[in-house]
Amino acid sequence: MAEAQSYTLKVRRFKPEDGRGPYWQEFEVDLDPTLSVLDGLLQAKDREDGSLSVRCSCRAAICGSCGVKINGQSTLACLTQIGEAHEHVNRRDRDGDAKPITVEPMGNMPVVKDLVTDMESTHWEKIRRVTPWLLDDGDPPERERIVPPESMVDITQTIACIQCGACVSACLSMEVDPDFIGPAALAKAYRFVGDPRDVETRERLYDLAQDPHGIYDCTHCFACVDACPKGVAPMDQIMRLRRRAGDDEGIRDRNNGHNHELAFVKIIEKKGTLDESLLLQESYAPGIKGKLIPKPAAIKGLVGSLPTAVRGLRTGKMRSLSKLIPGVHPKLPGDAQGHVKRIHEHAEEHGDELNLYITGEEDVEPEPDEEKLSPPEASEGPKEPE
Amino acid sequence: MKLAYWPGCVSRGFTPELHGSMALVAERLEIELVTLDRANCCGAGVIAEHNQELADTLNARTFALAQQTGLSMMNICSTCQGAQSECQQRLDADSAYRAHINEALAGEGLEYVKDGGGFENKNFLWVLVEDYGLERLKTKVTRPLAGLRVGPFYGCYVVRPKHRLGYEEHPERDLYLEYVIEALGGEVVDYDGSRKCCGFPVITMNRETSLRQAGTHLGDALDQGADCLVTPCPLCHLNLDMQQPEAAKIVDRDLGLAVLHLPQLVGLALGYKPKQLGMSLHIASTEWVEERLTGVPA
Repeated sequence: MAEAQSYTLKVRRFKPEDGRGPYWQEFEVDLDPTLSVLDGLLQAKDREDGSLSVRCSCRAAICGSCGVKINGQSTLACLTQIGEAHEHVNRRDRDGDAKPITVEPMGNMPVVKDLVTDMESTHWEKIRRVTPWLLDDGDPPERERIVPPESMVDITQTIACIQCGACVSACLSMEVDPDFIGPAALAKAYRFVGDPRDVETRERLYDLAQDPHGIYDCTHCFACVDACPKGVAPMDQIMRLRRRAGDDEGIRDRNNGHNHELAFVKIIEKKGTLDESLLLQESYAPGIKGKLIPKPAAIKGLVGSLPTAVRGLRTGKMRSLSKLIPGVHPKLPGDAQGHVKRIHEHAEEHGDELNLYITGEEDVEPEPDEEKLSPPEASEGPKEPE
Repeated sequence: MKLAYWPGCVSRGFTPELHGSMALVAERLEIELVTLDRANCCGAGVIAEHNQELADTLNARTFALAQQTGLSMMNICSTCQGAQSECQQRLDADSAYRAHINEALAGEGLEYVKDGGGFENKNFLWVLVEDYGLERLKTKVTRPLAGLRVGPFYGCYVVRPKHRLGYEEHPERDLYLEYVIEALGGEVVDYDGSRKCCGFPVITMNRETSLRQAGTHLGDALDQGADCLVTPCPLCHLNLDMQQPEAAKIVDRDLGLAVLHLPQLVGLALGYKPKQLGMSLHIASTEWVEERLTGVPA
């Protein structure tokens, strides 16, 4: 063990009973830098103020109890080394006075006391919202339901979730839309959508695609991916839900999510680079030119973007016809467009997905002891295209 | 310094001032840019959502085109950086997958080679700090941005996810905007939204969520006394600038905060006039940005 060093923890405190609202309090702790921020909090509680409240149990990133924000980053207190947290907060101004490590309760949730949040309304209620259990065909099997092991590989990543709420705390969509179903619950939804034993796959997807606060309310910001201590990558699961809903089940959601995706892919196939006007038009009302009558929602969407377009005209931003009129945008030069089109045809024949969580990075030499521990499927490459 | 240059789609579409100002700035910094005019859209994460292999192949094509020039590649869009880094990570992780993707490129005589000739793909921000160097940048400044209070706005895809964006090797990439603002003589404004999401990806799917994000961050920056924001991402620029009047309605407050593209901020310090840098094309007025500058052009 290295020698103990002094650190300052600046903790956001809140005691509902004293009526004074949240406030910051600093604690000096002495710890080996490789010990955790949770160890620091427990030392402060032990030596300075027994009323300092933090939820914890296993101290080994398994129970998921000690979710907090450390220097603004949602994570587990037991998984963050105090020395690293100190260095991180002081990296911009190394010569100045040392800044304290800030510890706050998780975001997007009501605070019960100090670092303890109420996860009921923003986490558990949303988890229940996605029907987090297997919906089978109703006939109980004689013994267990047998599925080929490889069919479960796809959902292994979501099964790793420990319900700590760090992703919910970090979610930037939920920050502005508290009704967003959110990363934890949607990752949980994929756990059942991807399960071959579940029989309500389409119903689940339809529900999550049509909900204005469902899969198309995720802004694709990766905050949940960086916050998750278990590598669940909730955003990746949300993107899988979108692919399953739109491309596999053909669900044309009322949020224009699938339209947007299809329009984007089609435009790149035809033009190589993005025709923004066409993307806007096709996202709201695909095939408007004499083929389909746009729905009222589509008209509303298009009309809603008019003031922005007019302002663009006024400053000169959209002066040229190629920017204003959908479809005028030029193709790639020479035979380049033809090659891009062939890439589309090639990929659309199969569309392999390489999940690094499952495959690992095979080109990197594994450590000798890791090699022994890794399961056989971890060293396999991606499936050959059919 | 010579680089293969991928301008992206939006810098030549709804934000033409970005591509234009980059060309001016590159000239004055003596960075020679070889434009990849046959290259295609990065897919912005949307194509990957549809078909991951398609996105990987399209970006492998762009990398292969850059590798043909024998140069490393520069982009000027956080979203391009994120989408391309994501594909590159998968291509580099697995030789069998890479060979499969390269099959689709063979018809055009292209091949993506992992680490080929030390190949890298970097946003202008990363190039500026890691390869060009802040000290060298300082020597080029003819009009320090003294008096200008600038709020950095990174764009998600150059700050997250850390494991994919070279943060192990370059752990301070999420501080580079601050470093550049200071090197140009400006004052950094710390505010809550600098590394948050502008909301653009859901503008057609949930307008309320999208514009509330943009409006909130603009408001936070104003509350901290920012004169302007600077961003290396043209998609962030669309939501923060082009949609700003709409965002103001959603958050129900006056905004009116100038949002500069990174090359525009650099260009100002290099002595270009705002009009040369296309700042008059912005929706939120940039008129008084120059008035704030107390430094005199050399």
